[in-house]
Amino acid sequence: MGVAAVLPPRFAQWFGARGWAPHPHQIEILASRAKALLLVAPTGGGKTLAGFLPSLVELADGAHRGLHTLYVSPLKALAVDIRRNLERPVEEMGLPVRIEARTGDTPAARRARQRRDPPHILLTTPESLALLLSYEDSASLFAGLARVVVDEVHALAGTKRGDLLALGLARLAALAPMAGRIGLSATVADEAALQRWLSFDGRGGNAVVLKAGGTRKAEIAILKANARVPWAGHMALYAMPEIYDAIRGARTALVFVNTRPQAELVFQELWRINEDNLPIAVHHGSLAVEQRRKVEAAMAKGALRAVVATSSLDLGIDWGAVDLVIQVGAPKGASRLVQRIGRSNHRFDEPSRALLVPGNRFEFLECRAAMDAVAAGELDGAGNHPGGLDVLAQHLWGRACARPFRADEFFAEVRRAAPYAKLARADFDDVLSFVATGGYALRAYDRFKRLVRGEDGAYALAAPADARRYRMNLGVIVDAPMIKVRLGRGRVLGEVEEHFIQGLVPGDSFVFAGRTLIYEEMHETDAICRAGRAEEPRVPAYMGGRLPLTTELARRVRGLLAEPSAWRRLSPEVAEWLRIQRWRSVMPPKDGLLVETFPRGAKHFLVAYCFEGRNAHQTLGMLLTRRMERAGLRPTGFVATDYVLGIWGTRPARDVAALFEEDMLGDDLEAWLAESSLLRRTFRNVAVIAGLIERRHPGKEKTRRQVTFGSDLIYDVLRKHEPDHVLLRATRQDAARGLTDVRRLADFLARVQGRIVHRALDRISPLAVPVLLEIGRESVHGAAIDELFEAAAEDLAAEAMDGAGQGALL
Amino acid sequence: MSGALPFSLAGARLVALPDGALWWPAERLLAVADLHLEKGSSFAEQKTFLPPYDTAATLDRLEALLAAKAPARVVALGDSFHDARAQARLGSAERARLAALVACTDWTWIAGNHDPHPNGAGGAVARELRVGPLVFRHEAATDRLPAGEVSGHFHPKCTLRGAGRAASARCFAFDGRRVVLPAYGAYAGGLDVRDPALATLLGPDFKVLALARGRVHAIAAARLG
Repeated sequence: MGVAAVLPPRFAQWFGARGWAPHPHQIEILASRAKALLLVAPTGGGKTLAGFLPSLVELADGAHRGLHTLYVSPLKALAVDIRRNLERPVEEMGLPVRIEARTGDTPAARRARQRRDPPHILLTTPESLALLLSYEDSASLFAGLARVVVDEVHALAGTKRGDLLALGLARLAALAPMAGRIGLSATVADEAALQRWLSFDGRGGNAVVLKAGGTRKAEIAILKANARVPWAGHMALYAMPEIYDAIRGARTALVFVNTRPQAELVFQELWRINEDNLPIAVHHGSLAVEQRRKVEAAMAKGALRAVVATSSLDLGIDWGAVDLVIQVGAPKGASRLVQRIGRSNHRFDEPSRALLVPGNRFEFLECRAAMDAVAAGELDGAGNHPGGLDVLAQHLWGRACARPFRADEFFAEVRRAAPYAKLARADFDDVLSFVATGGYALRAYDRFKRLVRGEDGAYALAAPADARRYRMNLGVIVDAPMIKVRLGRGRVLGEVEEHFIQGLVPGDSFVFAGRTLIYEEMHETDAICRAGRAEEPRVPAYMGGRLPLTTELARRVRGLLAEPSAWRRLSPEVAEWLRIQRWRSVMPPKDGLLVETFPRGAKHFLVAYCFEGRNAHQTLGMLLTRRMERAGLRPTGFVATDYVLGIWGTRPARDVAALFEEDMLGDDLEAWLAESSLLRRTFRNVAVIAGLIERRHPGKEKTRRQVTFGSDLIYDVLRKHEPDHVLLRATRQDAARGLTDVRRLADFLARVQGRIVHRALDRISPLAVPVLLEIGRESVHGAAIDELFEAAAEDLAAEAMDGAGQGALL
Repeated sequence: MSGALPFSLAGARLVALPDGALWWPAERLLAVADLHLEKGSSFAEQKTFLPPYDTAATLDRLEALLAAKAPARVVALGDSFHDARAQARLGSAERARLAALVACTDWTWIAGNHDPHPNGAGGAVARELRVGPLVFRHEAATDRLPAGEVSGHFHPKCTLRGAGRAASARCFAFDGRRVVLPAYGAYAGGLDVRDPALATLLGPDFKVLALARGRVHAIAAARLG
């Protein structure tokens, strides 16, 4: 279709005046009649404008009254950023279009006004949409809605926020049957999954995928450092001089790291050698909001030469001036690398430039594999997963807040959201019953109903006040309990996990917000610190801060190891490492599993080259050590990295194939999971999302400390008395793909049966060195808590024996 | 009971049991603190639907304990019922189980702040109880008394730190003059022993008898981070 046929003159003139031609996909999107349209385009392809063009064209005549377009993005900052970017064309074309953002940060008065008098285009987040949908007036607010634009679909689908939004979209479709959907996504491996996610039937029907032409070229290289790539570690400190030089040679560099501790350390090291006093900043999710906004503003003004950042800067925001991306540490996945690289040279015609800095030798292999994957256009799958029952419970409660509903109709609506397309009626009914009365087999709470059933069979909120409780507890992001880090009695620098602070004693030092702090004391919920100096400050650890290596990239790393002709493309020391491994032992097979056993000191080690990511390896380590215990092998500890699992004990393992038999996923797994703190943590999140444990209660702020403690007690009682309760089912479902990664482990065990290569060596192999170096760095699981109590108690034995005082330990 | 820890208070030889009860062999007396029965249904009244099995879970443990020790006397140190309506909310099975426990021993309910009048469940009701050199009450007295007080109320727990990790556990708090029992109830949370409310009651050299993994560990207060 010709440009003139779909692009009104006013718009054509605007493009012309700027010397631009509309991208072909921008025209296609205008011409499209599809009810649901997924636009897949690389970063910087004019994707956002494309998403809004149909709305702007439809609104140009000023005839539409009320809300026309709802835009949903995963980031508050993005909603604000997009408003800025949209207002320019709107002003320049003189369009009568009002655009406003609505997020958790929007003042209450404006939010109330927005419901009375909505703008034409409302920019918001999944949580704010859920909130809007819970009001009784949501039906009239959305009645005239013409379009929904969902940004960063790839980052939402497959997450709990994606589940929440999918349910919200299904609700919107019922309130505004005419409204079409446009989804914007970065390039991904599994477009069909996103197509289903965006579709109106949850199965991909009536959804069209539009691919923007031309992938952007990327120049990716592995940073060459003078020092040798180290055996272990993730911080890449060996390469700091070269990273600094690269920053000096760029206009503005984004230095991406994988974890917040890495961000702190890399930032510190860069400043240590910052002879030119280049403006270099740090940005991560635990820093105080004001500090992050300051960095973002300085970045937008072009006042910074580099920002060391975690994924807190990953998404969408347009940093025009960035001309170099440096990835420190392993990329973990090809799609993630592509999105990070896309942050540089945000223009279509120039290639992105990126440098990869592996932290150790395995990471070097991973970087190489990721470059190959990017060059081949291969990306990682998002993977489909059933939507969380905890999220459904939250949505159902919100649904009741808006107005009464019938279970049959609502069930049909929920099944039109892709994550719930295969939801069983029994699960739906259990969730409904959970929201209404707790859903326990012992029907003790029937008289305390939250939902009541009217004469017409519709479910309604029993007390209007409950709507307020729903709104105060809405959202599916559950943070680990955090403690504010305060400088003296003065300003708050940000937050760290309570778990980390609990491990400190006054006088301990740690690195935070780019400085070294000395921990002094807890004051209410704040950790009071002072600035100080220390030789070896600790770095706060964060749970779940590390993404596991993706299955696709792991396959490429195994392929690289098994293909000696490809080793030329590695650095000399890495290639030498692999050659010696081949000579001393054998390379891990491409599709099988290499297990090495060898004695060292008084211990016997078993090293398994599984390449399934740290979470799956942790779980495997727990299961194998239980099995070895029973076999009398006396395992004493294990350590898991993304690539390898290492176990040690006092006796050698001989029948290795038997150890790895698939049946370990049976009773042992059940028994371990039930006791595991991972499952407890997962339960806590599920209980908070489902509304069993309230984060906030009208009138009183429950401290998060209490929440943590309470959820363990509830878990223990529920597990014993009703192990099949819907919340425990939701917990197991989450754990299978999250912290325990049981699903991936199961696939792995099935894959390697009959293909296990065991090498009994007389000493450590080169490939086993990195994992052994991790020992002591990583805390060893399991008996740790017992040890802590027993060590403390032993110390006391002598003191206890002295029998002084009238009350004494006997 | 394995994992138990003997200690002496005002000349009485006592035993801290790993599930949080106190055993006095010479008197065949068992003390438990803060059962908080029907805490779950108390939350349910506010439409927070905690699993309705907390009373059953607490009774399971009590029954096992009484079967193992066959005490002549049981003292429940107050806050046995989560609120004044808790007895009315008891399920019929739990009501019968509790009545059976109370009937077969010399049972005393000490009044607590949650249950100032724990009448109606059988047994005796008292504000405090003296047996030999010991006095049993709900909340420790703040004035300086002769040694020998056994109380509950505070739900003490302790946190141990070391090597960058921390673990917390319910505990007895014991300073040679008095002992504060951990909460026994399934849904009873905890207060850190270093909290001023608790720490000021105890002498400077108090110890905690921490309940971890089926054992009681004696740990000096100075070891707690």
